[in-house]
Amino acid sequence: MSAAERLNDQLNAFLEIDRDGALGRAGAEKSDGVLAGIPVAVKDNICVRGMQTSCGSRILGDYHPPYNATVIERLLEAGAVIIGKTNCDEFAMGSSNENSAFGPVKNPWDTTRVPGGSSGGSAAAVAAGIVPVALGSDTGGSVRQPASLCGVLGLKPTYGRNSRYGLVAFASSLDQVGVFAREVKDVARVLGVIAGRDRHDSTTADVPVPDYTATLDGDLKGARIGFPRALFGKGLDEEVGTAVKNVVDVYRELGAEIVDVELPNAGYAIAVYYIIATAEASSNLARFDGVRYGFRAEDAPELRQMYRKTREEGFGAEVKRRVMLGTYVLSAGYYDAYYRKAQQVRTLIKNDFLNAFKNCDAIITPTAPTPAFALGEKVDDPLAMYLNDIYTVTANLAGIPGLSVPCGLSSARLPIGFQLLGPYWSEPTLLKLGHSYLQARPFTDRPPVFA
Amino acid sequence: MPITEADIAKVAQLAHLELGEEELKTFVPQITEIVNYVEQLNELDTANVEPALGGLTPEGEKTDSSRPDEIEGSLGQKLALAEAPDPAAGHFRVPKVL
Repeated sequence: MSAAERLNDQLNAFLEIDRDGALGRAGAEKSDGVLAGIPVAVKDNICVRGMQTSCGSRILGDYHPPYNATVIERLLEAGAVIIGKTNCDEFAMGSSNENSAFGPVKNPWDTTRVPGGSSGGSAAAVAAGIVPVALGSDTGGSVRQPASLCGVLGLKPTYGRNSRYGLVAFASSLDQVGVFAREVKDVARVLGVIAGRDRHDSTTADVPVPDYTATLDGDLKGARIGFPRALFGKGLDEEVGTAVKNVVDVYRELGAEIVDVELPNAGYAIAVYYIIATAEASSNLARFDGVRYGFRAEDAPELRQMYRKTREEGFGAEVKRRVMLGTYVLSAGYYDAYYRKAQQVRTLIKNDFLNAFKNCDAIITPTAPTPAFALGEKVDDPLAMYLNDIYTVTANLAGIPGLSVPCGLSSARLPIGFQLLGPYWSEPTLLKLGHSYLQARPFTDRPPVFA
Repeated sequence: MPITEADIAKVAQLAHLELGEEELKTFVPQITEIVNYVEQLNELDTANVEPALGGLTPEGEKTDSSRPDEIEGSLGQKLALAEAPDPAAGHFRVPKVL
């Protein structure tokens, strides 16, 4: 708690730190829960009763939701202590955290650089040792990419593994609550607590939740890891490419078999993603109209004018850009050309993975094409920013799980991460592979800003 | 087909956004660039491909989400109005409609 407060001047990772509430709850917690007394930071787009949920947006400001998200209910039931809400790109739209209305989060490894996004505050809080675990949300890589840029683990589970009830919706067919931690066993423990069917979210699947901590150990004999050679080409930073290829060698040493796989349509993923995600966002964000909660613009004596002024003043540039794009691709005359086309290519991308997984248990890729970039570097070039998600968006489009694992530092001492993608419900496999790697090559470096 | 300022202004109206002149000018080239980028999808022949609707896994599709149609508790008027910018007499008050 003190570390969160002390380091916030440097990192801006927290939008709210709930000292009194958390200390009260820590004293009162049941001591028998799986997460008894464990401090957890929660991205500010997940509802926690008694705390703000701003989504990094002026339009919600200090909105205080009257209920807990299901994942929060489950964390509290297991004894976790929620210490605060973390900064993020507005409505989870961004890859650098610079789209927060409350200022960017800084990367604990170099405070002139971005932490990644959109769950940058959660990633930074875990990387800086403020909390052992944090929750984020991942719509196109918003857990895995900041995990990679901050040198921590980040899991995006299978679509339908976790409840989205109480997660403020961005793109409902892609959104999934994810977990940050520095130890694989902590990711496993938290996932085991929050996962599972929820009657408040009809997209949660009735699939049993295993004990994810029970299957982390054991050798990798017989494991097959797919290597999509074509994704290690243009646009990939050389140091990142080398680091991830070294990980492949480690897996080979550990007894895994490396097989070539092809994902022929992966190059189209960003285009598909920015049609589907913006279309869903334009619909989901229609609810922010200044009537039921949050900000309302003044000096608007007529209803429609009030809607327009409220949204104009309440939303930041990136949110407006995406709402506009989404409205455009859904508008009359363009729907078939953009939205339907994107959904068809989404099928192709999904099929690529189903085919690839006939020959392997998981696929390895970089998580992000480069280490953390400088604050301000890409802020005026939305498309360049979108291309950061090139390795991560495919998992959201296909609904499969993905895990980012730290695998060393660049020459500038910035973290590099690799990503493991697996078939539906293969979280145990991904966690075991991540754990095996970190047992063989522990990531023990600490950032200059550390609790 | 090039995207014009008028197109963007029309989309803004549909999206209930009152964009300023500056914003309009910034958005035209940015949205043009992104739309041009996504048009690479036209390279693919998708005539016989089913669109993927939603993100459900096969297990998710099989999950029965129906429940008995029984009335359950709700937030209640006081809590539901607690965060409203302009509540009045148990209602959400809005500026005049006409």
